[in-house]
Amino acid sequence: MSVDTVKQPNWFSRLAHPGQFLNWTRHVVWPLAGATVVAFVVGLWFAFLNSPEDYQMGDMVRVMYVHVPNAWLSQAVYGVMFCAALGTLVWRHPLADVANKAAAPLGAVFTTLALYTGALWGRPTWGTFWEWDGRMTSTLVLLLIYLGIIALWRAFDDQLKAGRIVAIVTLVGALNIPIIKFSVDWWNTLHQPASVFTAEGPRMPASILTPLLAMMLAFTLLFALLQIVRMRTEILRRRADSLSRQAALQGGAK
Amino acid sequence: MIGDGMHVEFIAWAYAGVALLIFGLIGYVVWEARRVKERLAALDKAGIRRRSAETNS
Repeated sequence: MSVDTVKQPNWFSRLAHPGQFLNWTRHVVWPLAGATVVAFVVGLWFAFLNSPEDYQMGDMVRVMYVHVPNAWLSQAVYGVMFCAALGTLVWRHPLADVANKAAAPLGAVFTTLALYTGALWGRPTWGTFWEWDGRMTSTLVLLLIYLGIIALWRAFDDQLKAGRIVAIVTLVGALNIPIIKFSVDWWNTLHQPASVFTAEGPRMPASILTPLLAMMLAFTLLFALLQIVRMRTEILRRRADSLSRQAALQGGAK
Repeated sequence: MIGDGMHVEFIAWAYAGVALLIFGLIGYVVWEARRVKERLAALDKAGIRRRSAETNS
């Protein structure tokens, strides 16, 4: 094959190369951190100072501004891990398992917060912190899947092998996501049906939707920031591990 | 604007819990990043570095 016919990597492949990734994300971290802080300031201002009480729930509606973003991220982060799992198994992409490993603890934290804020919202509105209904139980299962994936990553020294096993588990665990999403339609439940992501659009007034979207943006930016920092850390950790092994081998050869 | 009506303690606990866990998560991510950078710096100081870094320097 002549040099002219060698297929050049496309811009996406170049951008996703670990070394290139470290280079371009270096310029992204601080602007993203600034945007996240601004989004939280605006979101919290809306949530506490510029939004009305709900006609039924009163001020408890303000819990929704932290509950819904965390619930959204609990599933969106799993979506990122699902894509990463495909990247590992189908394309053997060098950053795919790094993305999966970086995202799992973040997803676990957002899911924990979704359950925690949901329980606090449920007590005054439903009269109970917890009910074993479809939405809450499937979200608890999602948390257990996240914890299982974190444990799997820690169980293997060989991170390439761990990446392949985790990718399979991630794909199997993705069956739980539609169950979470449609549980409120499939079963009788205390949880209200979807009111933001519906085919007809959001079912709430602009005065409540605006703070909600502002907080969702803030939390999503926070996830993007933490994901990039954790991916950078994981790449550098693997580099350090490789150098340590190399040093040990050289030391042993002497 | 938020009032001083019923259930304020539930709202306070919700936001406090979220703040605690989010700040804890940010702290952990920053600590982890620093620890790895310090490890790489220690390896570099010991003369153990990537071949590409050696050719570039």
